[in-house]
Amino acid sequence: MDQYTLNLLIVGASFAIYIGIAIWSRAGSTAEFYAANRGVHPVMNGMATAADWMSAASFISMAGLIAGVGYANSTYLMGWTGGYVLLALLLAPYLRKFGKYTVPQFIGDRFYSQSARLVAVICLIIISVTYVIGQMTGAGVAFSRFLEVESSTGLWIAAAVVFVYAVLGGMKGITYTQVAQYVVLIIAYTIPAIFISIQLTGNPVPPLGLFSTHMESSLPLLQKLDQVVTDLGFTAYTAQGSMLNMTLFTLSLMIGTAGLPHVIIRFFTVPKVADARWSAGWALVFIALLYLTAPAVGAMARLNIINTIFPNGASEQAVLYDERPDWMRTWEVTGLLKFQDKNGDGRMQYYNDKSEGFKAQATERGWAGNELEINNDILVLANPEIAQLPGWVIGLIAAGGLAAALSTAAGLLLAISSAISHDLIKDWMKPDISEKGELMAARVAMAGAIVVATLLGLNPPGFAAQTVALAFGLAAASIFPVLMMGIFSKRINSVGATVGMLVGLIVTCLYLFTYLGWFFIKGTNMLADVPANYLFGIPPTAFGPIGALLNFATAYIVSMMSQSPPQHVQDLVESIRVPRGAGAATGH
Amino acid sequence: MADKSSSNAYWTANVRVICICLAIWAVVSYGFGILLRPALSGIKVGGTDIGFWFAQQGSIVIFIALIFYYAIYMNKIDREFGVDEQ
Repeated sequence: MDQYTLNLLIVGASFAIYIGIAIWSRAGSTAEFYAANRGVHPVMNGMATAADWMSAASFISMAGLIAGVGYANSTYLMGWTGGYVLLALLLAPYLRKFGKYTVPQFIGDRFYSQSARLVAVICLIIISVTYVIGQMTGAGVAFSRFLEVESSTGLWIAAAVVFVYAVLGGMKGITYTQVAQYVVLIIAYTIPAIFISIQLTGNPVPPLGLFSTHMESSLPLLQKLDQVVTDLGFTAYTAQGSMLNMTLFTLSLMIGTAGLPHVIIRFFTVPKVADARWSAGWALVFIALLYLTAPAVGAMARLNIINTIFPNGASEQAVLYDERPDWMRTWEVTGLLKFQDKNGDGRMQYYNDKSEGFKAQATERGWAGNELEINNDILVLANPEIAQLPGWVIGLIAAGGLAAALSTAAGLLLAISSAISHDLIKDWMKPDISEKGELMAARVAMAGAIVVATLLGLNPPGFAAQTVALAFGLAAASIFPVLMMGIFSKRINSVGATVGMLVGLIVTCLYLFTYLGWFFIKGTNMLADVPANYLFGIPPTAFGPIGALLNFATAYIVSMMSQSPPQHVQDLVESIRVPRGAGAATGH
Repeated sequence: MADKSSSNAYWTANVRVICICLAIWAVVSYGFGILLRPALSGIKVGGTDIGFWFAQQGSIVIFIALIFYYAIYMNKIDREFGVDEQ
């Protein structure tokens, strides 16, 4: 059986499972559509949260981002896991106790204000839409490479599959497909990693392999890697990074994670407050299975790629273009791997041509610039081929990448559609809508969101991981601070919260647009996106914590200058702080 | 909720354990993983230093432990203060 048929079979089988689950778990009420009737077991919810959370960026891009830079990009690992501590301690249990369906609904009730709720809906939609674009492009990449269809055709197929289970099943359908998707993606991610770890270090556990001895050279793996990359003019893999940037960026990802509406609403589906606490722990356990494997995948793949290009070591000749391995040929077709023979010797020199210190050595060796460009995004997808693993593993990676992208896309789409049907239609525009009517509205909103996401995915503003990083900055600056203040302070009032959110959102957007272009349109930026232009050296992708700080400060000052919230709101805060009575609060 | 004073005590106990957990959370990631890495560079782990390990693995493992510790602790004080779910 050829590779194409194998990919098709494995991906097709995984899709059949998702659609089967969708038919089995159709939603019959709004409680099922928005919160899976609050009947999801905490371990199950942890697994669904892990899939909901781990996106195309985690599955496809993250290991590549770490591989390309090394230590300095550990920010992704700490940032995207540390947010769960904030979520478990500061938000999830209380929001579950509040017992409603959407994040803007909490903000609206706690700050007794329709305008606060409306601002929250706007923040939610901006965050979720930016985020969903990355997922759709990720799915497109996986489709075009493995199923040999046009990226755009791939996108429409992905949209159709999500349509079936998200529109039919709502949160209930999404939860159970996410559980299945988690299983598919974690198997797909870890199997190649285990094989590669055994090949390089003899240790079958990749996270341990990362800190073991590289068998071929008898050096510790990381020391060997430092050696080969510095031999080619790159910065050492374990080299120190900029502390300010790392701290701010990690903080931005952590706070952003805790403020992502599609993650928060997952904790509305468990039966009890205590379950919300447990569930956050389980979610992080399931996430960690991938996040502890990713740095090993990154380091090992980097070493493997350099060994492929310089089979006799970095000080010897590079491999001939005509003798390049098959995986390079297949990825060249996608344009994500490019070779240009600058010095005309027919060999593929791969080195850091931006390093001043390495220039002399490169000239001496007759090199005229780096000749191989490898997009970070292909690293995980090409990993099984680089390590020469069997065909079914390659098919599995395809199914895993799609599972990661689709599970996150579905979660985001649910957050968007419930904000539209519940916050905007049911509670604002048409409060007398029937239960059946609201369910219908939720389904129509979901379908609309899918179409918009797909269209945006066809013309994405940046590559997957970067667009996602922007969503985090916005989540950190707008949603997280008001939620936290709503729970931990009785004094913050409606004006304070509304103004705080607006300040956080607007300042963060302006800062991003200044460097990345208005609405991310290339060429419309007012300042070049280079460190010399940054305010206090803060990169736009790490601005989230500053936005959050402004949000906190504004909300506090404005609230102090105006009246305390009314008694019934203070009582509401008292009641969400204790778990007792959570079961009774489910009704709307 | 039992009465005002015991619910205040419950909330104070909760805020206290949150602060302790977040202090550990910050120390392992921002501290050991980033800011204190040069200071700890003498401690070697598998071909590199302990700061690298904390940044790529150690902090994640401790995050998990913190969340479970918090869940267990809160379940205990929920019962002690009589605010657990029946």
